[in-house]
Amino acid sequence: MLAFNFFGATEGGLFDINATLPLMAIQVVALTYILNSLFFKPVGNVVEKREKFVSNNIIEAKNKLSEVKKLEADLLTQLQSARTEAQRIVSEAENESDKLYKEALELANNEANASKEKARLEIESQASAARDQLSKQADDLSELIVNRLILEK
Amino acid sequence: MFFNSLLTNFAALEVGQHLYWQIGNIRLHGQVFLTSWILLGALLVFISLGTKKMENDPKGLQNLLEFLWDYIRDLARTQIGEKVYRDWMPFIGTLFLFVFVSNWGGALIPWRLIKLPSGELGAPTADINTTIALALLVSLSYFYAGLSNKGWRYFEYYVHPTPIMLPFKILEDFTKPLSLSFRLFGNILADELVVGVLVFLVPLILPIPVMFLGLFTSAIQALIFATLAAYYIGEAVEEHH
Repeated sequence: MLAFNFFGATEGGLFDINATLPLMAIQVVALTYILNSLFFKPVGNVVEKREKFVSNNIIEAKNKLSEVKKLEADLLTQLQSARTEAQRIVSEAENESDKLYKEALELANNEANASKEKARLEIESQASAARDQLSKQADDLSELIVNRLILEK
Repeated sequence: MFFNSLLTNFAALEVGQHLYWQIGNIRLHGQVFLTSWILLGALLVFISLGTKKMENDPKGLQNLLEFLWDYIRDLARTQIGEKVYRDWMPFIGTLFLFVFVSNWGGALIPWRLIKLPSGELGAPTADINTTIALALLVSLSYFYAGLSNKGWRYFEYYVHPTPIMLPFKILEDFTKPLSLSFRLFGNILADELVVGVLVFLVPLILPIPVMFLGLFTSAIQALIFATLAAYYIGEAVEEHH
């Protein structure tokens, strides 16, 4: 085998190549198989399983997120339409009540006017009756006075 | 006098000495296997503890291992491409972990305290045999990856974009393992030597920044080795148009 003398060593040396080489190669190949079954396969399985799990979850979450966004937009449009509908109903009701108020006011005014007129007429008729009675009594009184005066003479 | 003692101290560094194991006719560098078994044993214990009870919500060690897995996957995916990176991820990851654990184990654990009859314990990647073994495995892998993915069309790569490239591409097949193995070997050995020399010369404080630099280089070398291996495989499976 190849053997240099190096640094004064009588045997061996730095470049002493012997059966260590093939045996070391066999050892490394064996180590490759051992590490493959002990380390690379099991750890790879766990890591890749987790990576798949994570990526699946991310995809699922993305799908859910897009669904949520769609639903949100849907709800927003529904809310918008409900709001306009409510506004419409409120304004309608306001108009209605306004109309009703005006009608009621007019009705009440009319009624009040009518009863006022009636009361005025009644007062007038009573006043004239009272005046008639007063003038009749005045007549009676004057007649009485006149009669007394006449009788005294 | 001082110079003399310095020289004997340098000699005490024991560069290029090995603990030889003789099995029948073949000779092995025992210290490389000893450290690699200790470090790989620690790595396997660590990984077994972390993957013992896997949960969907990672806790403690599992978190760290998942981070590591993710890191290796990103490395393999960017260099090899989406289509076949799965097939090569364990290999790239093993290269990264092996080199990283070897480098850091060599730099962090005070192996020198354990006395061997000959040689000394250290990073397994500071031995040329280990790095050449790794580099040759990378060469075999990218050939296999290219041939299994594209069949004989793999050799179109050698004349792409023009046939003038043919000698350079053939040369590359030799320079790739050479540069891979010598880069790793040189960096780790140099780091060990620098730390060793400094510890002998100035045993206090001064070696510490160099040790930190060594940890940094060790991690970078592991990353470079794994990235280049993945890049070579990616180059071999890439479709030319």
